[in-house]
Amino acid sequence: MNIVVCVKQVPDTKDVRLDPKTNTMAREGVKSIMNPFDRHALEEAVCLKEAHGGTVTVLSMGPPQAADVLRESIACGADRGVLVSDRGFAGADTWATSYTLAKAIETIGGADLLLCGKQAIDGDTAQVGPGLAARMKIPYVTCVQKTREAGDDFITVERMMDDGYDVVRLPLPALLTVVKDINEPRVPSLKGKMRAKKATIETLSAEDIGADPNCIGLAGSPTQVVRVFSPEARGDREIFTGSADEQVQQLVDRLRVYL
Amino acid sequence: MLQVDCELCIGCGLCEESCPFDAIEVVDGCAVVGDNCTLCGTCVDACEVEALSIDEVDAPAGVNLDEWSGIWVFVECRHGEVAEVSFELLGIGRKLADDRGCGLSAVLLGHDVGVLSERLIAQGADTVYLVDRPELADYREDVYGQVLEQLISEHKPEVVLAGATAIGRSVIPQVATVLGAGLTADCTELAIRKEDGMLLQTRPAFGGNIMATIECPRSRPQMATVRPKVMAPLDPDKSRSGEVIRVDLDEAICASNIEILESVSDPQDQVNIQEFEILVAGGRGLEGEEGFTLVRELAEELGGGLAASRAAVDSGWIGYPHQVGQTGKTVCPKLYIACGISGAIQHTIGMRSADTIVAINRDTDAPIFDVATYGIVGDLFEVLPTLIEKIREARK
Repeated sequence: MNIVVCVKQVPDTKDVRLDPKTNTMAREGVKSIMNPFDRHALEEAVCLKEAHGGTVTVLSMGPPQAADVLRESIACGADRGVLVSDRGFAGADTWATSYTLAKAIETIGGADLLLCGKQAIDGDTAQVGPGLAARMKIPYVTCVQKTREAGDDFITVERMMDDGYDVVRLPLPALLTVVKDINEPRVPSLKGKMRAKKATIETLSAEDIGADPNCIGLAGSPTQVVRVFSPEARGDREIFTGSADEQVQQLVDRLRVYL
Repeated sequence: MLQVDCELCIGCGLCEESCPFDAIEVVDGCAVVGDNCTLCGTCVDACEVEALSIDEVDAPAGVNLDEWSGIWVFVECRHGEVAEVSFELLGIGRKLADDRGCGLSAVLLGHDVGVLSERLIAQGADTVYLVDRPELADYREDVYGQVLEQLISEHKPEVVLAGATAIGRSVIPQVATVLGAGLTADCTELAIRKEDGMLLQTRPAFGGNIMATIECPRSRPQMATVRPKVMAPLDPDKSRSGEVIRVDLDEAICASNIEILESVSDPQDQVNIQEFEILVAGGRGLEGEEGFTLVRELAEELGGGLAASRAAVDSGWIGYPHQVGQTGKTVCPKLYIACGISGAIQHTIGMRSADTIVAINRDTDAPIFDVATYGIVGDLFEVLPTLIEKIREARK
């Protein structure tokens, strides 16, 4: 089974905030990490490869430094890393991103199974996975919490729903997005790290994937950010004092509307 | 592309300082743009001599935005029940339709669901497009997507709203991709510009550290998923009138590659915590499953749902569907009571937009108190039983 995993390099969100005075993003000390959900997608791909054979290719669209997450993926068991990188991709929203990734997957020879994290923690859109499946014209399910069975031409999974879960069987090729419940990602082995160090990351430009300039980057993005601002700060907080009994009484008095 | 006019650039470095992505620097007195520029436009605003500009992108030829009109709400229905968020969408949809001076339609997909139409009209819809077919009994991405694509292409609404739920966030991106429509995820605020129908979609980004307002200037429909519990539903008004249009579709559109072998709803562990007005959440401080029963009791007493931090889920005290935070769900209840949760950012980004937050923790310095409205510093095993008892008393 040839599996392609889409991974994204994201800023560690806990470090990102707007400077309230200048309304610009403070970037000092913001680390770049592999999107946590993608780590689970990668792990699932490597497990499927170990059980059924095949290859795992990791694909990322991003600036040149995104090669770091591809190397990290190789250290965790992926066979091949492909970076799609071009100045022309700047400003891409999820529509343009799914177009770009679909073109890249076509270029590298397609896949039997495509795996993505449920969403990326910087944008939290969860839109690229389904969008990519729509581009590739293949079936997909989102929020997969378990792979039950995988065959040569089908896969059966549990898809998490808001009120339970569905057991879904779909023919391959297909795309799945995964939640973190699906597995426990491994830490890279020493051997894996050595391999990652030596690995060549293939880089594809917009031209290499035959992208239409009107469908990538800002030009290919139907949505546009017109304003960024800091969320409203919370009002005054009240931390009670006194014995447990006294504190609880004060709280209950303030929560009466909810009782 | 970001253009730098080196004639105008004075090399002051304001752009360099303003860039959130570290993508621009001044070299030999003129700004140079790097590979990681995302065209966010921050530097363009920061530049005092107007040396920076981003090429304007015109609407593609052949797209006539005026052909599109009306507000649509995708009604989410599972196991014969309409998701609460759909009524909230009708609430905000009604407001947008009135502001713009157009109609509000609900799109209801399912099997044997026609009986629900009346309620949708009572809660704000002028028109209900009802697609009632056996193939739609279970939610399947491909069929639901194909049906929506067909309906939207045919009727050309200018706005399509869906809940930011498991189903909404799964099917809507496919529809938007196929239609070439702009889609904004998980909006917490929506407004419409009366003159041109531009939908102003506001959503949190970077885990809620930043808010962004998004527009779709060049394409229609404008699609958005909306976070549950943020918008208010209207009170049902049975005297409202509306039209129910039964839609007949080509058989081929309902063909699917996806087979649902089983659809499990488990009321014990698999509830949608986003739908509760009150959530009681437990974390590491509860020390074990036994401690967690106190949280369950409090939730029961308040008629609220159960939530948890990642630590509690990872310890196996409660299932993943209850997890709030970065790798769990984002919730927005009226009241959130955090018990024994230290309040790491990974948790608080999932709950800090709750109206009232109560933190109960023995550690005065726990960061959860920074986002709390009310805080109790004390031992959970003393505080929680007392709280349960006092709530019972207060209710009498």
